Amino acid sequence: MAVRDLANLSKRYNSASAVKGPGGPGHGPGGGPRGRMRGSGGKPKDVRGAVGRLFGYVSAYKGRMAIVFICMLLRTLSALAGSYMLRPIINNYIAVGRMEGFLLALGVLGGVYLTNIVFTYAQNRLMITVSQTAIEKIRNDLFGKLQKLPVRFYDTENNGELMSRFTNDVDNIGMMLDSTLLSLVSGTISLIGTVIMMIYTNIWLALLTVLFTPLFMKAGGFIASRSHKYYSAQQAALGAVNGYIEESVAGQKVVKVFCHEDTCEQEFGILNSDLRQKQMGAQFYGGIMGPILGNLSQVSYALTIGVGGVLCAAGVFDVGGLTVFGNYARQFSMPINEISSQVSTIFSALAGAERVFAIMDKEPEQPDAPDAKGMEQTEGLVELSDVTFGYNPDKIILKHISLTAKPGQKIAFVGSTGAGKTTITNLLNRFYDIQDGVITIDGVNIKQIRRDTLRQNIAMVLQDTHLFTGTVRENIRYGRLDATDEEVIAAAKTASAHSFIMRLADGYDTMLEGDGQNLSQGQRQLLNIARAALSKAPILVMDEATSSVDTRTERHIEHGMDRLMKNRTTFVIAHRLSTVRNADAIMVLEQGEIVERGSHDELLSLGGRYYELYTGKRELS
Amino acid sequence: MKRWMKYVRPYWPYFVIGPLCMIVEVVGEVLMPKFMADIVNEGVAGRSIGYIVGVCALMVLTAVLMMAGGVGGSYFGAKASVNFAADLRQDIYGKVQQFSFANIDKFSTGSLVTRLTNDVTQMQNFINMLLRMCLRAPGMLIGALIMAIAMNPRLALVLAVTIPLILITQLIVIRIGFPRFGAMQKKIDALNANVQESLTNVRVIKSFVREDFEQQRFARSNRDLKEAGLRAMGVMIFMQPLMTLFMNFTSLAVVWFGGNQVIAGRMQVGDLTAFITYITQILSSLMMVTMMFMMSSRALASARRITEVLDEKIDLTDENAAQPGLQVKEGRIEFRGVSFRYYKNSAEQVLDNISFTIEPGQTVGIIGSTGCGKTTLVSMIPRLYDADEGEVLVDGVDVRDYSLTNLRQGVGMVLQKNVLFSGSITENLQWGDEDASMEEIRAAAASAQADSFIQSFTDGYDTELGQGGSNVSGGQKQRLCIARALLKKPKILILDDSTSAVDTATEARIRQAFAGELKDSTKLIIAQRISSVMEADQIIVVDEGRITGIGTHAELLQNNEEYQEIYYSQMDRKEAEA
Repeated sequence: MAVRDLANLSKRYNSASAVKGPGGPGHGPGGGPRGRMRGSGGKPKDVRGAVGRLFGYVSAYKGRMAIVFICMLLRTLSALAGSYMLRPIINNYIAVGRMEGFLLALGVLGGVYLTNIVFTYAQNRLMITVSQTAIEKIRNDLFGKLQKLPVRFYDTENNGELMSRFTNDVDNIGMMLDSTLLSLVSGTISLIGTVIMMIYTNIWLALLTVLFTPLFMKAGGFIASRSHKYYSAQQAALGAVNGYIEESVAGQKVVKVFCHEDTCEQEFGILNSDLRQKQMGAQFYGGIMGPILGNLSQVSYALTIGVGGVLCAAGVFDVGGLTVFGNYARQFSMPINEISSQVSTIFSALAGAERVFAIMDKEPEQPDAPDAKGMEQTEGLVELSDVTFGYNPDKIILKHISLTAKPGQKIAFVGSTGAGKTTITNLLNRFYDIQDGVITIDGVNIKQIRRDTLRQNIAMVLQDTHLFTGTVRENIRYGRLDATDEEVIAAAKTASAHSFIMRLADGYDTMLEGDGQNLSQGQRQLLNIARAALSKAPILVMDEATSSVDTRTERHIEHGMDRLMKNRTTFVIAHRLSTVRNADAIMVLEQGEIVERGSHDELLSLGGRYYELYTGKRELS
Repeated sequence: MKRWMKYVRPYWPYFVIGPLCMIVEVVGEVLMPKFMADIVNEGVAGRSIGYIVGVCALMVLTAVLMMAGGVGGSYFGAKASVNFAADLRQDIYGKVQQFSFANIDKFSTGSLVTRLTNDVTQMQNFINMLLRMCLRAPGMLIGALIMAIAMNPRLALVLAVTIPLILITQLIVIRIGFPRFGAMQKKIDALNANVQESLTNVRVIKSFVREDFEQQRFARSNRDLKEAGLRAMGVMIFMQPLMTLFMNFTSLAVVWFGGNQVIAGRMQVGDLTAFITYITQILSSLMMVTMMFMMSSRALASARRITEVLDEKIDLTDENAAQPGLQVKEGRIEFRGVSFRYYKNSAEQVLDNISFTIEPGQTVGIIGSTGCGKTTLVSMIPRLYDADEGEVLVDGVDVRDYSLTNLRQGVGMVLQKNVLFSGSITENLQWGDEDASMEEIRAAAASAQADSFIQSFTDGYDTELGQGGSNVSGGQKQRLCIARALLKKPKILILDDSTSAVDTATEARIRQAFAGELKDSTKLIIAQRISSVMEADQIIVVDEGRITGIGTHAELLQNNEEYQEIYYSQMDRKEAEA
């Protein structure tokens, strides 16, 4: 395609854009809306809710938090005291030239300093432990929630986007818990403390300083709102750039084959220069908060010192007081600076918290019925009667499916893509719940079986072969965690994976990383089969389990597969009709309905759809 | 260093003016205590209100100048760092566009994306900080030091004790902290890998009821991260009060020695407070430098990862093409003794001495077991990989003598792992030919048996595809990819197992369309199913990187053991006997 313009590109790649499935028949769960929110910008909507829940995470450590607050209080007070104590030292000893007691006073000041340091350390140390533990808990909770969410959730969510909640969003929360929370509180305390000390030192000068406060607020507010506006624009542009990168780098090989490199580079350039512009504003306004507020405080400092100097010259104020007041005037602006510079951290942390909590609030898999029972080892009698199902209730994928699989039988599903083959198997283990009809195992409605024991009875080998970081042995053992090494090897042999595993650098101890990228697709499928072989589940689902295993190897593993399927009720989905030929019953699915059923020979003699499918490849020979 | 200069040079004024603006701020900051001292020493002591007002006005003026300096520093700093990052990002992206397949294989997609996004942002933030701090911190250090020495050299001797002490402490802190931050970064990577894995594997986890197992696994790497984080941050937490300690006790020393000097009449009271401010400035600027070092550990890691991409040697270019203007006209393909291995030092040959010839317009099937080198073999034709030995000729010319664009324009290839892109179906198909008319697009889609399902979508050809074509089914995706390749009207069309998710009947119709509309093009079909290649003019049987047989279906069935085995594994016994 020709180089697209900015409007077009940001429409496609911007965070807010949601791509909907094509409104037509014949496709699976991918049809739902895919809201892709990238980046972590944006103003939080429910500030109080998010704050309250974050507080909940910290409040688990009430005792420690109490100590933290005591430390903080002592730290802040000792800092205030430390700066105040200079006045009497200057006035009482240095200015008047008195030596006795001078050293002692310094000693007391040193003591105050030490106190301050000890409590600062204690406070930070404790706080960081609390906040990091809270963050650890948030991550664990988030991950735990992801484990509990139904498969349906994953159909519509983008993995990269979920990842960013673990990284960016949780990091932002962590940053806030680490420092922001305390600096807000201690900032406020020292602000109040400073004002009190200022009033105590000289009320007129104090009033002068306080007069500056609205100016600080005004300037701070103006910059904050500006920077927030540009920050959002920057995040949106960044989202578009990241989205474009993600997609075009993942599809880089296709880009090459179509000589599309220049177009991509130009389109990227358009998005990149848009980002450049937006970032300029965000960085600039983000950066001037410090200098403007800081130097406003210098102005207020200058004026205070000037007025104070005049008062001293007029003899109504003392030099020590002026010195101390100068310190306070500087200190006065520090908490304001600190608080206003934390605003953006707080915003992004709260926005992040909301996104994290949004996941945690997602509806989990429907809990088991209260009278659901555990079924440790079933016979494997599976019955579907009049099952109707659609991923969206108004878009029915399966219509009135009825079938019976007796223990040990092999049932095959054939049919064109999108006919609903995979969907049927996903209903057995309750990845999705059916709208109408009943599925039973050993005569028990699966809704009355505890989900964990139900799934333990069904071993699945899926088309998408994904492995875990870990050794080959650990990956196979995933099928049954308490399996011995011998059993693992036996399972590998059943799946004909043993010989290639032995050829790997470290045999069964070879580390697989990055989804087993060092193995071929076929080898990964064999490992998946071994994993299922290890499990003792009486029901086996093979969804295109050998699609990437060449037919010759498949033939070699036939015996193993036979052993695997023996005594197991097996559901097989395959494009290759050779794979399904020896099934006890073959179900031909079309548009969500079983249009033909029977054994291979029966179906061939029927001369219907199966005959067409089967001979489709023969019409060429 | 030289590499980064490239991104600095176009914006050098910003890189220079930014820090200079910060110097204005620093000078102001160093002068302020002096003004304060003057007010106390001259104004208050001399009871001269006019003098006080004058100095006060000067102070306000200085503060305003400082503000201008600070805002300027922020402006130029932003300009410099943003432009630096944008150019760098563009360059990395451009570099990735130049990558050969071998280069792409080396980096995973995820890691390339991280380098282009996070790592560039890290560097940008670092530069922004560097520009603000690089002159500010040393400037403040030197300025405050000069002022302090000028004001009272004897009292400044206190610093001769404190500064070395602080420097040593900071060196130790950096030595300990740096590796700890590195270790933390590793744990972050591990945690991310863990999450990524559990997201892609969610169906496996659920079907094996391993939610708790995964939760424990995650909890372990989460705990690892927390501990590494605490260790790293522990250094910072320790450093901060330690530095405050130095600072406070240095000022105590100053008050004691200075106080004695004031009492002895050798120093003025106003100077004493100014001196304490200078001490604070000196020590905090030293602390700033340490913080910068700590923060740089992340930026350094990012810089290293970026350098890896930029330094990656492109192992496949058309710089030495002898006939860059030449285009593919006929579609004759010849392999002469081609050998290939993925890694220079690997013992195993992926392809071993491959030779064959394909005449223009022929249909050729390639068949063989998984991992035998079929994909690699066809990848050599559009030069996705280069042969280590031997040569690949298209129309009698070595593929290395074509320009890459001309060669790849002539060779259409549908990859095994294929993707579509965000955009409408029409836009995606136009990848094949950006000037294609709607009629041409529909014709290509019809040949690929995609027209009917596209029509069934509400938006038809304007249907928006999600990232990577995520909202169409596997079989639909494969057909769209074929249509896209057909629009190129290639002289050579390669299908790498690209109908595996399409049912047999539809596949047969696609093949029939090829026979009609691509009569003159050379067609190479890699397939698992024998039925896909049965009627080809020749079938090449590959096993472990070697050709074990070339011939028609009937010939191979007679004399090729390999082929027989594959054939019978797919055919009914009864049929085979018949």
